[in-house]
Amino acid sequence: MTAQPEKAAVMPVATPALRPRLAVRHLVLGGAIVIALVLPFVAKSFVIFQLTQVMIYGLAILGLNILTGFNGQFSLGHSAFYGFGAYTAAILMHRYGVPYYLTLPAAGATCFVIGFLFGLPALRLQNLYLALATFALAIAVPQILKFQPLEAWTGGVQGLVVDQPDPPPFLPIDTDQWLYYLTLTVVLILCGAAWNLVHSRTGRAIMAIRDNPIAASAMGINASLYKSLTFGVSALYTGVAGALGALAVAFVAPDSFNLLLSVSLLVGLVIGGVGSIPGCLFGGLFVLYVPNIAESISTGLAGAIYGIILLIVIFVMPQGAAGFVRLCLGRLPRLRQVQTGSGGGKP
Amino acid sequence: MELLLHQVMAGLATGAIYACMALAVVMIYQAIDHLNFAQGEMAMFSTFIAWQLMVWGLPYWLAFILTVAVSFIGGVLIERVLFRPIHNAPILSNLVAFIALFSILNSGAGYIWDFTIKTFPTPFGTKPLFAGALIDGHEAGMIGVTLGMLGLLYLFFRGTRLGLAMRAAAANPESARLVGIRVGWMTALGWGMAASIGAVAGMLIAPVVFLEPNMMLGGLLYGFAGAVLGGLTSPAGAVAGGFAVGVIENVAGTFIPYFGRELKLTIALVLIVAVLMFRPSGLFGRREVSRV
Amino acid sequence: MLLEVSGLDAFYGQSQALYGVGFSLAEGQIRTLLGANGAGKTTVLRALCGMVRTGGDIRFDDKRISGWATEDIVRLGVAHVPEGRGTFVRLTVEENLQLGAMTRRDRREIAADIDRVYVNFPRLKERRTQQAGTLSGGEQQMLAVGRALMLRPRLLLLDEPSFGLAPLIVEELFGILRRVNAETGVAMLIVEQNAALALELAEHAYLLETGHVVLDAPAAVVGADESIRRSYLGY
Repeated sequence: MTAQPEKAAVMPVATPALRPRLAVRHLVLGGAIVIALVLPFVAKSFVIFQLTQVMIYGLAILGLNILTGFNGQFSLGHSAFYGFGAYTAAILMHRYGVPYYLTLPAAGATCFVIGFLFGLPALRLQNLYLALATFALAIAVPQILKFQPLEAWTGGVQGLVVDQPDPPPFLPIDTDQWLYYLTLTVVLILCGAAWNLVHSRTGRAIMAIRDNPIAASAMGINASLYKSLTFGVSALYTGVAGALGALAVAFVAPDSFNLLLSVSLLVGLVIGGVGSIPGCLFGGLFVLYVPNIAESISTGLAGAIYGIILLIVIFVMPQGAAGFVRLCLGRLPRLRQVQTGSGGGKP
Repeated sequence: MELLLHQVMAGLATGAIYACMALAVVMIYQAIDHLNFAQGEMAMFSTFIAWQLMVWGLPYWLAFILTVAVSFIGGVLIERVLFRPIHNAPILSNLVAFIALFSILNSGAGYIWDFTIKTFPTPFGTKPLFAGALIDGHEAGMIGVTLGMLGLLYLFFRGTRLGLAMRAAAANPESARLVGIRVGWMTALGWGMAASIGAVAGMLIAPVVFLEPNMMLGGLLYGFAGAVLGGLTSPAGAVAGGFAVGVIENVAGTFIPYFGRELKLTIALVLIVAVLMFRPSGLFGRREVSRV
Repeated sequence: MLLEVSGLDAFYGQSQALYGVGFSLAEGQIRTLLGANGAGKTTVLRALCGMVRTGGDIRFDDKRISGWATEDIVRLGVAHVPEGRGTFVRLTVEENLQLGAMTRRDRREIAADIDRVYVNFPRLKERRTQQAGTLSGGEQQMLAVGRALMLRPRLLLLDEPSFGLAPLIVEELFGILRRVNAETGVAMLIVEQNAALALELAEHAYLLETGHVVLDAPAAVVGADESIRRSYLGY
C-alpha cells in the first residue's frame, strides 16, 4: 500500500503597500524645509540661536551616526573631533585671519585626517576595546588642549575668542539669523551627502562589512580601509559641527569638549534612532532642551530627573524616535489590510 | 632606586583600589556580557548607605555586612526592574540606560547627603605595617581583601554548580535555557554579586579618597582600564591589571617629566590602548576560539 | 502518548512558518521529520521547546506545554540538540557535560552518567579538559548529544545531527543513537536532510513542505516508495 502525498495549498502573505508612504515622506521633507526657511523671521533671537544649536548638535550626532549606523561601532570620543573642529576654526580665524567660511572645510578636512589616522589602528579593536580607546581620546583632548607648550596656539585654559560672522551686506538679516541660515545650508548639504552615501554602492559595501566582516573580505572588499574611511567621514561631520559651534558660541575653551559632550552625543544618537538621518535632529533637540527641563523641575535633583526621563524614553521607544515612528507607520497599512479582509493569515 | 621602589609600593596601594573596581567590572561582565558603566556610582551609593548606618550608631562591621546585603538586593532589583524589560533592545539603548542610572545615583546621592566631603573609617588602622614599611595598615588591608574576594569568586565560579550555571548563562543564554537554567535569574544574581563587590570596593576606597558623590569617577575609569588590560574574561587578570594601572600611573607620574602630572590619566589609558593593539584580549585574557 | 502536536502554527515576527502541523510520538519511539531547506523542520523543534511564538496545541505527557518557557519544558525531560550544536565553546568538554545535568540533584548518578557518555564517545574523554570550541565538528556534535543525554531525557530532539559531518562519523553517531534508544528507551524526534540515514533509524516519518505536513507514513513505506523518494527526498 502506497501513501498518497497531498500537495497542500500555500496561502500567500500580502505585503503592505509601499507607494503611498514614499510620497508622504517627500511632502513632509519639503514642508519641513519651507518651515525652516521661514522660522527666523517669526521667532525671537534667542530661539533662533537655540535652533541653530539644535542643528549643530544634530550634525555632530550625524557624524556619530555615520560611524555607528555604518560601521556598527560606537565611539565615546566624538567630543574630541567636535573640539578639534572648533579649535581649527578658532585658531585659523584668531591667528591667521582666515575668513569664517573657509574654516568650515578646513575643520572638516583636519578632522577627516585625524579620524582616518585614529581609525587605522583603532578599528582593529573589538567593540568594547574601541569604546575604551575612544574614551581615552575624549579624556585626553581637554588635557591636550590645556597643555602648556601648545598654549601659544590654543590659548591654554582660557581658550580663544572667536568673532561671530557678519551677515553679507546685501541681506537684510542680523547675525543670529545669518548664523542660522549658514548652519541650515551646511546641514542640508551634509545630510544630503550622507543620504547619498547610504544609498550608494560604497554605502552598501560599508554596511556589508558591518554585518559580516569575514564575508565582506572574502568578497574582496578592503575592510580596514573602508572602516577607517568611515571613521574619517564621521569625524569630518562632527568636526564641521564643532566649527559651526565655535562660530555660534563665539568662544572655545578646553573644558567644553569633555567626556560629558561625548556622552550627550551618544544619548542624542540613541534617542533619535541609530541609522536615521532625521533622527539626529530629534536627538539634537533632546540633548539641548531636556537637561534644561530637568533643571527647571528641580535644581537639586536635575541629574536624577534627567536620568528618569532618559529611562522613560528608552522604555517607550527602545529603537529611538525614528524606530518609534517606523513602528507606528508600519502598523497603519496592516490595519487597512484587516479591514478589507485580504491576505496573510491562517488558511 | 629607592624612589622607584617607593612609587611602586604606593602604586600597588592605589592599585588595590583599581583592582577592586576592576574585579567588580569583570564580575558583572562575566554575568551579563556588558560593561556596567554605573558600577562606580552604585558602589558610591552603597558606601553612603554604610556611612549613614554608622551615623545612626551601628558598629563598623555590622554596617559593612548590612550594606553588602542591601547592595546585593539593590543590584538584583535594578536588573529585574530596569534592565530586564529592555534586554531585547539594541546595545546602545542599554548603554543609555546605564547612563541614566549613573545620573540618577550621582544626583540622588548629592541630594540626600550633599556634596561636602566626609571621612570614612577604616578597620585596618593607618599606622605603617611594620617599621620602615612603605604601606600602611589600610593599604595592606585593601590588598588583602581584594585578593581574598578574588579567591572566593574563583572558588565560586570554578567549583560550584551555581557558578558554572552563571558562566553558561552569560556565555550562551539560549543553550543555557536548553539545559534548564533560568537565565533571567542568573543575570539578576550576577548583578547582585557585582553590586556587593562594588560596595566592598567603595568602603575600602572611601577612607583614602574621602566620601563624596564624585569619589568613584576616577576609580571607575582606572577600574575599567585595569579590567580591560587584564582581559575581561579573567578575574585574576583584572586584579593584576588594576595593580598594574596603579603602578604605571604612579611611576609615570613621578618619572616622566612634564607630562606626568597633567596627563596622568591619559598616559595610563594610552598605554592600555597600546597594549591592546598587540594583545587584543588583554594581557591575561583568554583568546576566544571560535570556528567560523 | 508522550508527545502530541495538533494544529501547530509558528511565527517569526509577522511571517508564518508552520501551518497546522500535527504529529505524535509514543514512549521509546524514534520518528523523523524530513524535508528540504526552509521547510520548517527546525521551526518545529524550536516550537516544541518554546523558542518561537506558536498557536495550536502541544502536549507532552498529557500536559499542555504550548506557551511554556524553554527552561520549564526542559525540566519536564525534553532535551534539544539544536542546529549549530549550541555547545558552550568557552567552557571545557567536562563542563559542557556537567551543564547537561544542571537540573538534576543526584550527584553520584551524574558522575556515573558522565562516565557513560565517555564510554559512548571515547574521543570526548581524551579532550575532557579542552575548551569545547577547539573540537572538530564531529566531536562537537557528539558533545552536544552527550550533553543532551546528561539530562536523562524522556524525549530527545535532534536538529540535523549529520550536518557537516563525514559519513563515517555520521554512521558512528547514528549507531550510538540506536544503542541509546535500545538501552534507555528515550524517544527521539530527528530532523534530517539526509533522508536515507534517518529512514534507517526511525520507524515513522513526516515530510514537511513550506510549513505543512504533506506526508505521514511508516519509514519503511516511505523508503520503499520510489516515486516519493524521487519527488520529495531526492534519491
